[in-house]
Amino acid sequence: MTETIRTEAKSPSPEPRPEPAKLGLRGTLRFGWAQLTSMRTALVLLFGLALAAIPGSLVPQSKISPVRVADFMTEHPTIGAIYDKIGMFHVYTSPWFAAIYLLLFTSLVGCIIPRAAQYAKALRARPPATPRNLSRLPAYAQVRVSDGSQILERAAEMLRSQRYRVDVRGASLAAERGYLREAGNLVFHVSLVFLLLGVAIGSLFGFRGTSVVVVGQGFSNNLTQYDDFSAGASFTDSDLTPFSVTVKNFQVKFETGSVQRGAARLFRADVDVTDRPGAKPRAVSLEVNKPLRIGGTTVHLIGHGYAPLVTVKDGDGNVAFSGPVVFLPQDGNFSSAGAIKAPDARPDRLAFEGFFLPTAILDAQGPHSVFPDALNPALFVNAWYGPPKVETGVPENVYSLDTRGLTRFTEANGTPLKIALQTGDGVKLPDGKGSIQLDGWTRWVKLQVGATPGVPICLAAIGFAVAGLCLSLFVRPRRVWIRVHTPGPGPSVVEVGGLDRADARAGLSEDVAELAASLPARSSRAGSAAGSRESSGT
Amino acid sequence: MNVEYYSSLALVTSVVVYVLAMVAHTCEWAAARRVAADDSATAADEISATDASRRGERTVAEGTPARTAAAASSAASSRIAQTTPTLALDVADRDDSAGGTRSGSEPGSAGGAGSPEPALLQRSDRFGRMGLSLTVLAWLLSVAGVVLRGIAAHRAPWGNMFEFTTTAMVLVVGGYLILVWRVGLRWLGLPVTLLAAIGNGLAVTVFYVAVAPLVPALHSVWFLIHIVAAATSGAAFNVGGLMSVLYLLKKRAEDRGKVRGYLARVPSARRIDVITYRLHAFAFPLWTFTVAAGAIWAEYAWGRYWGWDPKETWALVTWVIYACYLHARSTAGWRGRRAAVIAIVGLASFWFNFVGINLLVSGLHSYAGV
Repeated sequence: MTETIRTEAKSPSPEPRPEPAKLGLRGTLRFGWAQLTSMRTALVLLFGLALAAIPGSLVPQSKISPVRVADFMTEHPTIGAIYDKIGMFHVYTSPWFAAIYLLLFTSLVGCIIPRAAQYAKALRARPPATPRNLSRLPAYAQVRVSDGSQILERAAEMLRSQRYRVDVRGASLAAERGYLREAGNLVFHVSLVFLLLGVAIGSLFGFRGTSVVVVGQGFSNNLTQYDDFSAGASFTDSDLTPFSVTVKNFQVKFETGSVQRGAARLFRADVDVTDRPGAKPRAVSLEVNKPLRIGGTTVHLIGHGYAPLVTVKDGDGNVAFSGPVVFLPQDGNFSSAGAIKAPDARPDRLAFEGFFLPTAILDAQGPHSVFPDALNPALFVNAWYGPPKVETGVPENVYSLDTRGLTRFTEANGTPLKIALQTGDGVKLPDGKGSIQLDGWTRWVKLQVGATPGVPICLAAIGFAVAGLCLSLFVRPRRVWIRVHTPGPGPSVVEVGGLDRADARAGLSEDVAELAASLPARSSRAGSAAGSRESSGT
Repeated sequence: MNVEYYSSLALVTSVVVYVLAMVAHTCEWAAARRVAADDSATAADEISATDASRRGERTVAEGTPARTAAAASSAASSRIAQTTPTLALDVADRDDSAGGTRSGSEPGSAGGAGSPEPALLQRSDRFGRMGLSLTVLAWLLSVAGVVLRGIAAHRAPWGNMFEFTTTAMVLVVGGYLILVWRVGLRWLGLPVTLLAAIGNGLAVTVFYVAVAPLVPALHSVWFLIHIVAAATSGAAFNVGGLMSVLYLLKKRAEDRGKVRGYLARVPSARRIDVITYRLHAFAFPLWTFTVAAGAIWAEYAWGRYWGWDPKETWALVTWVIYACYLHARSTAGWRGRRAAVIAIVGLASFWFNFVGINLLVSGLHSYAGV
């Protein structure tokens, strides 16, 4: 916020004005506009943008990692509250960040419109008139020729072949080239406006959501199937393409060598895609850099994890739950946390919470996984029971257990019951309340489904921006004038002057000297001189 | 395994040779320092000589052109005579100087005729040449190291921080050597070898990781495009940043009227400024492309082109700072010293994005492997 205030406070009068009293409302507005569109203000706003973007990379952002924001809030309650008030946890959608870039773009538009008008005029105008004293130009040369009659025609032809615009006026000639520099400059800045437009369209009409799909199961694209979902203000549910995806298989490989052991080496999901209801499914393999495209919607593979296959029997001996349970990875070795709930178990409902460890070891740290692949899978859970609960329809977290109203199973000596299961193992719960068995395990994948309608505009804009930037930095505008003096009968003096309008140009004086030297016909050359001054820039 | 060993050996050796080159360049500066007082007089003479030649040609231009040419060339040659071989290189490279200076300015041709302490200057120059030779040797070693690393890994050798740093240093020093060849940039030898020694030194000690395949997120054609563009523009930003530092030193000396020691032997502040600008003008569009290519890749890999990941944020911050530099350079009151400071801030931001973000902040670009 400070940046905005500072720049706004800056607009009224950094320089003393002669008659401030007579400015009036109109004058003040005009003055404010002139200040806003000045290069200095643009510079300050650019710096403001750079500064304002920094905190978002150092303070956790709720859009990127809500968990880390929550951790930050509990660790630093005082600072966290202040941060929350000033929008530090959502820097890039905060009003002060928006203020900076909107002011910057206003300043940019205010700058390019008059420049575009000026450029349009310059395109139609003739090259500027020949200065009276050519020798004052940064580069200057003169030659004496015996016959000055054809000189200007020859020079005009030569300059035109070097892509100058040439204007012959009487005894002198004016030529200019490098108009594309300003064109490139304008294209670059206009492209930035279009880039912002593309981003705006994308965030207004786009959506993005994720869904965890257990291998063997499917996802169909409607709101109920998403685990989390965010969409722009102008998005409607009917914009969702009605496709469905079935995950047939998921392959994953990890580094087993000594270097970077455990690093991912392969993720590939084999999926069947049904583009619209009733269409024939097609087999596609989904990889990290190869998203699936269905119309304007993309499906990305962005995560994976384990789902132990569990069967829970209740006290009556009936199967109360059977199937895969999604456990969420907690570390790089996929120690995964989750909860198994059997609310339909009778006479008591049963629930379990704990860890699934793909490569389990038990040491001083307790049970944990030492490798991300399933080499020695094991399930470690604690168990609870309680009276059956009335179905309330209140949503609850499927990944953790709310133990209110539940009693923990204990060993005979009173310590909490700890259950450790390997594939195929089953354990009977105390007092005949039921049993739990680990039948095996499978994997799940996290699919990200989204659409960003503005992408083509952004892509075109950035392409034009880079092209325009190259023109504006590499095209070097230059003006050349030639004047022929023929004081009387006999030899004429030809003067050549040059001016660079971009200060990074090199070789002006060489070019001017070369041009001067090439003007006289071979037989009539009388002598030439070339001199120069370092061009001091414009 | 064997190839990997030779790659590391070449890179470690390159660090040692870079350090030697740096020592040689330090000696070059130190040797020039001892002739400091006299040299500043030379620099002053040079300026007045230039002015004289300008005035000469302007007045005589109305009269006899032939004599003007003679006057100009004599002014130019007297200027060479006063200068040292290294300075002559600089004069030759000065695009806007009179054409006549080009021919007679072979290094060594004016070997100290009339200059105050020729022996010391020649010694400084000898150290400089030694430094350059060592730099070439070290660069060849680092190229060999990077290429062997690629062969050992069976892929492009820029998959982690170690590989990126060594590749970027090949580009930094390669760019410097091209500029030495094209525009006589040898006066930048000390900072460049310092940077290369630090860069490769950090790479082989702190950043080093053994050869390993890539994580699936890096299996993309954009892995080649995005990273090569980043390393190339980074190299230009680095050389440009070093030159901005030198610009500030030289500018301060010029403003105080006391251009002494080695500073007298580097080109004028204005000249440095122009070369610095050209480097940035080359790097900025490429950096824009790097960020854009990164966004395209992110759209493929993560399903969003921009997610304010710390690396993305700092790439944008760097971009904005260099945009400031380009704007500052065309704004009265900001060009020159302030623009140079902005360029240095931009380089700091680039380095923070590379080292700080990789090692301190967790994000999607956590590829350091350290």
